[in-house]
Amino acid sequence: MKRRPDGGAIDRTRPIAFRFDGRLLTAFAGDTLASALLANGIAALGRSVTAGRPRGVMSAGLEEAHAFVQLGIGAESEPLVRATGVEVFDGLSAEGRITKGVLPGVPETARFEKRFAHCDVLVIGGGPAGLSAATTAAAGGARVILAETGSRLGGALLRDQEQMDGHPAAEWIAAAGLALRRQPEVRIMLRTTAMISLDQNGVVLVERVSGHLPATERTGLPDRRLWQVRAREIVLATGALERPLVFPDNDRPGVMLAAAVRTYLHQFALRPDRTVVFTTNDDAYRTALDLVAAGGTVAAVVDVRPGPAGDLPAAARAAGITIIDEAEVTGTEAGPDGVLSGVVISHDGAARMIPCDVLAVSGGWDPAIDLIHQVRAPTRWDDGIGAFVPVPGPGGRQVVGAASGALTLHAAVTSGHAAGVEAARRTGFETVAGPVPAVRLWREEAPRLVTRVPAPDGDESRSFVDLHRDVTVAGVLRATGAGIQSVEHLKRYTLTGTGVEQGRTAKVNAAAVAHTAIGLPPGGTTSSARPPIEPISFGTMAGRATGPRFDPVRTPPAHDAQAAAGAVFETVGQWQRARYFPTPGEALAEAVVRECRAVRTGVGIMDASTLGKIDVQGPDAAEFLERLYMNRVANLKPGRARYAAMAHLDGSLFDDGVIMRLAADRFFVTTSTSHAGPVMDWMEEWLQTEWPGLKVWLTSITEQWTTLAVAGPSARTVLEAAGTDLDLSREAFPFMAVRTGRVGGFDAQVARVSFSGELAFEVSVPGYDGAALWAALVAAGAGQGITPYGLEALSVLRAEKGYLIVGQDTEPDTTASDAGLGWMIKADRDYIGKRALGRRDFQRPDRYQVVGFRADGPVMEGSQLVSDPSGARPIPIAGSVSTSHWSGALGVHFGLARVKGGRARIGETLQAHDGARSVPVVLADPVLYDREGLRRDG
Amino acid sequence: MTAELNPLPRLAQVSFRITGQSAAAAAAALGLGALPGANRFERGDRLAVLWIGPDELLAVSSVRDAAGIEAALRGAIPPGEGVAVDVSANRVGFELTGAGAREVLTTCCAIDLHPRVFGPGSCVSTLVARAPAIIFQTDERPAYRLLVRPSFAPYVTQWLVDGLAGAGQR
Repeated sequence: MKRRPDGGAIDRTRPIAFRFDGRLLTAFAGDTLASALLANGIAALGRSVTAGRPRGVMSAGLEEAHAFVQLGIGAESEPLVRATGVEVFDGLSAEGRITKGVLPGVPETARFEKRFAHCDVLVIGGGPAGLSAATTAAAGGARVILAETGSRLGGALLRDQEQMDGHPAAEWIAAAGLALRRQPEVRIMLRTTAMISLDQNGVVLVERVSGHLPATERTGLPDRRLWQVRAREIVLATGALERPLVFPDNDRPGVMLAAAVRTYLHQFALRPDRTVVFTTNDDAYRTALDLVAAGGTVAAVVDVRPGPAGDLPAAARAAGITIIDEAEVTGTEAGPDGVLSGVVISHDGAARMIPCDVLAVSGGWDPAIDLIHQVRAPTRWDDGIGAFVPVPGPGGRQVVGAASGALTLHAAVTSGHAAGVEAARRTGFETVAGPVPAVRLWREEAPRLVTRVPAPDGDESRSFVDLHRDVTVAGVLRATGAGIQSVEHLKRYTLTGTGVEQGRTAKVNAAAVAHTAIGLPPGGTTSSARPPIEPISFGTMAGRATGPRFDPVRTPPAHDAQAAAGAVFETVGQWQRARYFPTPGEALAEAVVRECRAVRTGVGIMDASTLGKIDVQGPDAAEFLERLYMNRVANLKPGRARYAAMAHLDGSLFDDGVIMRLAADRFFVTTSTSHAGPVMDWMEEWLQTEWPGLKVWLTSITEQWTTLAVAGPSARTVLEAAGTDLDLSREAFPFMAVRTGRVGGFDAQVARVSFSGELAFEVSVPGYDGAALWAALVAAGAGQGITPYGLEALSVLRAEKGYLIVGQDTEPDTTASDAGLGWMIKADRDYIGKRALGRRDFQRPDRYQVVGFRADGPVMEGSQLVSDPSGARPIPIAGSVSTSHWSGALGVHFGLARVKGGRARIGETLQAHDGARSVPVVLADPVLYDREGLRRDG
Repeated sequence: MTAELNPLPRLAQVSFRITGQSAAAAAAALGLGALPGANRFERGDRLAVLWIGPDELLAVSSVRDAAGIEAALRGAIPPGEGVAVDVSANRVGFELTGAGAREVLTTCCAIDLHPRVFGPGSCVSTLVARAPAIIFQTDERPAYRLLVRPSFAPYVTQWLVDGLAGAGQR
């Protein structure tokens, strides 16, 4: 192909410099990378994936199977970008990499955005059908989004020389676009591809915002913007894609789709010197006519049909174009560079060679209905056009124009017009549509379905059905020979359709070759298309959800105070919690020992605010909790608290926490940090769906309260120093009591709850006073050496007392009895999980049970417990270690483990094996420290 | 198209969940003719009442104290017909105003805020990016108020400030 001196939609006043495979080349604004390469005489731009054959541009659009490039330079480049979709800009650089791109090795630097959008009518495709639909849909004031994948409106009209209302189509496109842009509720989105269709009329669009601009003009603009659109009505006007023909050596650079040749001629002023057209239908005659009108040479139109007599073949004849009917192209020839130099034509039993630089092929048209396949809407084979067409479905979505299988311009404007009216009506808007534009209705003859031209010598190993994946007729026949019958199996066996372009041009031909081989008609079924239509980069998917916007990082009100105290934080769910508070130069292990010692011998302070908190109120609140928890609840007196646990329906432990009864009809329930949401949902679900008659109301109050635990023998002294009107004496404020009063100048709720075994007060104030309470308590405890402690120390303290953490020391099938909490289970009341717990299997003595252990050396959490690690394999597993620490208080390595029949094995020695080494451990009662509970009162 | 984001001062917030029997009394106690319908809010006596769910509402005030609102509701709700809970520390507020405010929210909120669908008096419980939020529109500038859990406030601020920086770029 060569660039014509004039014509086309390129801007010759704006030359563009770009690089391809390192070569400095020039193009014009308005060129795509594909047209720019063709204009520079680059017919072959890479080699194919397995056959290693030279390949060049074969289309002008989404159906491209060859022209993929690595776009950009080095580590910041993007792989597998379709050259027919890239607009050239000054400074563009690309490498021809047809099937194997290279993933960039550095973090993304471009900006990507996401937007949510809603509309009454989403029109996908800005060709004649889509423009008609958008125009009529918008006429009554509906909110309309028109998404067009190209840089301009017009679709097929940009390549087909048609008149509308007696004027060139370009005038109608301009007028329709202008009228739409004037409407305040219409959004026209160019360079925007509908990538994914979802249920309930959700569509994901990707807008290429600035990638076509030179770097200097991109400042502040995102590279791409991903739109999540919800539309009440969708009009699909995605057009149709031309299908190539299958014959020996049909993959050479220079073999192009016939309509694409027109696009390059009219849009980019590129004209082959000498063209052969090979067609099964009338449409390809437009290519021959347009080339001749532009001064080109058409050596012949090779038509598989006998005596084509439609309007277009007649016009071709009148223009002096040679038509060879009932003929086929049975091969191609190429020069040393692999680029097409001629075609072999078989006609009347004789073969002859015709030299040419472009072979324009047309095997018919496939409606572009990948978006329909994505939502699994039905399609059917249409014998009339020899392609799969959508089956009209229920409301919410209409398919118009060529996408519906109605391939003429007349059908496009009439069906688009009608769909726009219907969409407006369905969404409740006036339907004040103007007239349908008058267009010529060409008399066309039916196409003939030819999905494979047999090789004269029988060798079909160079007849490509999937140009991208290098799948040949021979390959498909190998598959059917191996017994493959389903197109989905064919896809996986041959890889046809698995390329980056999803085999858009290959599907029908591949299936037809297979179906013919096994004696089925060519239609039948087609393999599915998957979202997205084209690859969406990770950066585009992430949008602005990077860095601090990636995932919420939640902090409690006293977070900054803890950070100032030197806390090292760890992530618990989305929360940041203090892990330990090292002094300068102090290691984790040293800090933990020091923090534990403070709690055991002096006083410590910890932020427990992330625990879930639920206010449960109403006359039936006690009854409600009685049904949910395994413990007795109703006999809890106001002002008292109780450790409690709930089970799933299957009897396994769900969560544990503390139930505080504030009044006869009011409870304050805590949950573990990670279960705050699930427990609230669980309660609401039972209340709303099973027990709506109970007069109980729930309020999530997790963040209403900051809860600080002051723990240790000196805890009482600290609260007194902070100033309180509460009587903190053992008699007036016993273990598991709840009081409200003033602490440190704040209205507070104080509970004597301990997760360390030491005397402890949990002081709760409204969150907005949380940071101030931390400061007040730390100041009040200065004389006592109050020490902030983190989760590591807490884990040591609670494990020394045998307190387990649900989820760490339990497995999904662990029951309360397995966990050593059988004492809390009530026998006389029903509760969720009771029936499951009655199963005999749950009474088995060899179930995994939570026990303690001691060891002479450190034991890794997660270690397997075995009797003899060097014994015969497979080695029977006795259990595993769930918690393991050094106890400064006891001077021993210890922890918790789940052991088969563990409680009956206390005293037994097992080996803790961490994959590398074994440490002997002695099973023990879980409570290792202060078994009598003498310390909790201080 | 510009917009402005400002944190709101501490708000008195009282959650109340009630049966149909106590709706009229609760409304009267707060100076409302009736409680708001689904996805709406109503203004009462120096406060606003937001519809949160079929039996759940939230009274919000920047001038009244929570204890007073809670007491008024407790006095109006017959025993066993609902509850009122002070949740003033459970959420913090932001106000997003200006011609670009809607576009800012389209970067992080899936709700349709078009004036035909969502206007002054509208209220919705939704997500801002991945954080739960209550959004209600107070006037036509437009002005949106957002209530989020305090622990999510830094994250939500990140998203809104980022949206402010990107709004108006086309």
